[in-house]
Amino acid sequence: MLRFTLAAIALASAAPLLAETHTITPGEGAQERLQEALILAEPGDEIVLEAGRYALTDGLSLDVDNVTVRGAGMNESVIDFTNQQGAGEGLLVTSDGVTLRDFGIENAKGDGIKSKGADQIIYHAIRVEWTNGPDASNGAYGIYPVEASDILVQDSYVRGASDAGIYVGQSKNIIVRRNRVVENVAGIEIENSMGAEVTENLATRNTGGILVFDLPSLPQVGGRSVLVARNAVIDNNTDNFAPEGNIVASVPAGTGVMVMANTDVQVLDNALINNATSHVMLVAYAQDYEDERFQPLPANVVVRGNVYGSGGSAPDFPGGDAVVAALGGALPPVLSDGLHQNLALEDAVPMVSMGFTRRGQPVTEAKPEIIQPVVAGASPELPPITLPEGMEARLK
Amino acid sequence: MIRPGWILAAASLALAGAIGARAVPPPVLVNDALIAGETLPRTLEDFGFFQDQAGRIPANRVVPYTLNTPLYSDGADKLRYIYLPEGTEMAADGEGLLKFPVGSAIIKTFAFGEGEDQRFIETRVLLHRTDGWLALPYRWNDDQSDTRLAVAGARIALTTPEGEEISYRVPNKNQCKQCHTKDGEVTPIGPKARNLSADWLADRVSAGHLGTMPQVAAHFPDWSAREDISDVNSLARAYLDVNCAHCHQPGSMASNSGLDLRWEQHDGQAVGIRKPPVAAGRGAGGYAVSIAPGNPDASIMVHRMSSIEPGVAMPELGKGTVDKDGLAVIRKWIAEMPAQ
Repeated sequence: MLRFTLAAIALASAAPLLAETHTITPGEGAQERLQEALILAEPGDEIVLEAGRYALTDGLSLDVDNVTVRGAGMNESVIDFTNQQGAGEGLLVTSDGVTLRDFGIENAKGDGIKSKGADQIIYHAIRVEWTNGPDASNGAYGIYPVEASDILVQDSYVRGASDAGIYVGQSKNIIVRRNRVVENVAGIEIENSMGAEVTENLATRNTGGILVFDLPSLPQVGGRSVLVARNAVIDNNTDNFAPEGNIVASVPAGTGVMVMANTDVQVLDNALINNATSHVMLVAYAQDYEDERFQPLPANVVVRGNVYGSGGSAPDFPGGDAVVAALGGALPPVLSDGLHQNLALEDAVPMVSMGFTRRGQPVTEAKPEIIQPVVAGASPELPPITLPEGMEARLK
Repeated sequence: MIRPGWILAAASLALAGAIGARAVPPPVLVNDALIAGETLPRTLEDFGFFQDQAGRIPANRVVPYTLNTPLYSDGADKLRYIYLPEGTEMAADGEGLLKFPVGSAIIKTFAFGEGEDQRFIETRVLLHRTDGWLALPYRWNDDQSDTRLAVAGARIALTTPEGEEISYRVPNKNQCKQCHTKDGEVTPIGPKARNLSADWLADRVSAGHLGTMPQVAAHFPDWSAREDISDVNSLARAYLDVNCAHCHQPGSMASNSGLDLRWEQHDGQAVGIRKPPVAAGRGAGGYAVSIAPGNPDASIMVHRMSSIEPGVAMPELGKGTVDKDGLAVIRKWIAEMPAQ
């Protein structure tokens, strides 16, 4: 294999070689065989992981454009990092046009799969799981594309991430759909990103279901234009198991959808059921920052067409019990710290405002107030996200 | 003044001696075509960087160098060389990385063990080809007689100078690129003018290997003499630049963290002072900021440098043991920062 491929490279000239399929089997030497295939692949090649368990000691990486890595199914081809000794993630992708599909990654020591600066990447039917369930010693992110344009994450499953199951950061033009995210701190998190659709996902038994955040002092600041629609966000009441210091460590258990410091966010047509703090939460970034580009308040948020089940009965913040008692047993479905700008609450449900007048106020200074809905006309929807031509056709 | 006739005579004598008694081996020539070519050579020997199979005696125009502040690498001894093809020279670029001509190479051998027991583990080469730099790792065999290209890397059990038994990681070809990529291009990291000695640079100029003497305001401190250096800020910032900044700077592997540990970065928060983590996950260890001035024990930077656990440990690559000396300098640096 190595000898052959080296010869192929030596012969490579201006004329591209035909795309090849490199089939990897589990067992002796899988670490070297798989990593070698990932390194020596040519653009257009497909690397096939035959069914079975691949017990690896070191993280993998891919840096060749337009390569497909395909397994026999998310539960059939499993890369097991339980005994990982090095690298910060299970698989690192740094090239464009990559398709990852139909395999699973278990118990990575750091992040599951990270793709950095990898444009036009597809994650399809991938499983990333920490098999012991919620645990602060699990890796941070399951599926982790960052600093890229044109990202598609679909039909995948992530469980046990100590930060976010699916985290898209500092990116543009993003679709996250039909995934299941279970027992992570954050199910799905869209952070410092422009143009994202998060649709038809099931987020359940996380600490928070779906988060839309913007943070200061990062290379890309100014998260905006995020649609959160037609998701089932149910029973997200798992105690927060994120290591302190991380921004998601501040997410209360029982959070459905949370919008922090983002602009143009639409929460439409979701089923929001049994999230014990709040189904929809709007908050400002509370910490100090030095970044002139940063806008710390959530702004231009539309909430419409959602189905609200029970919830808000056990808010996970200091003094929550007293607020609930004062309000007759549960918070209303929408909660704001009071600092949001231009909220269009177009559902006929009340909202509770904590009545803060400045960022970072302690909960003891809250002046909770129920605001009854005034349903006006429907706000216009965000322009749809369109992926580059031919990108989705790679899955055919 | 030696007359030309004498030189010719001496040369022909030497030639006769070489042919007759084979007392002088034929000179090893560096294989310029291989460096500039398109293949991935199978062995280090193919390049002809060394006169001997053991890789200890550099060939003509292969010049050793050292760095004032080196990368830790589990305390490995490192033998570093540059190679410049005949008729070429490097150019200075301020205090920064020397500009290498196409066809040049940078060679670094990693060794463990003292004196007679010293064993070469791997030799990494950077080849400057017309389409950019290529990084390749070569692994030495157990009896030190041969090397083999290790595109997929390797793990090797060895003992560090501190006496720790570790599973040493020879990086794979992609891992080479993870540290050596800036703005999408592979680049050398070490030979920056500010991390080389003025003497070495002056020697290169006089040898015709370097166009002009770089203008350097302050060279990095000599790490081996750190016990005698009182300027802990310079020590710490040089250490962070060399050990961390190849990833932690704009355009590099950890750019998304917002942490910029380059020597020339003067913004405190960018360097980590009171900077909250972004994507550190459990690597944050429960601490709120990268650097808590005056309090190393509450600083994520110290926490991650103190760990060897994947997912927590920093740097992520090239570290099987904690760098106690580096950690001590960073702790002192943070401890001496005014808390408010």
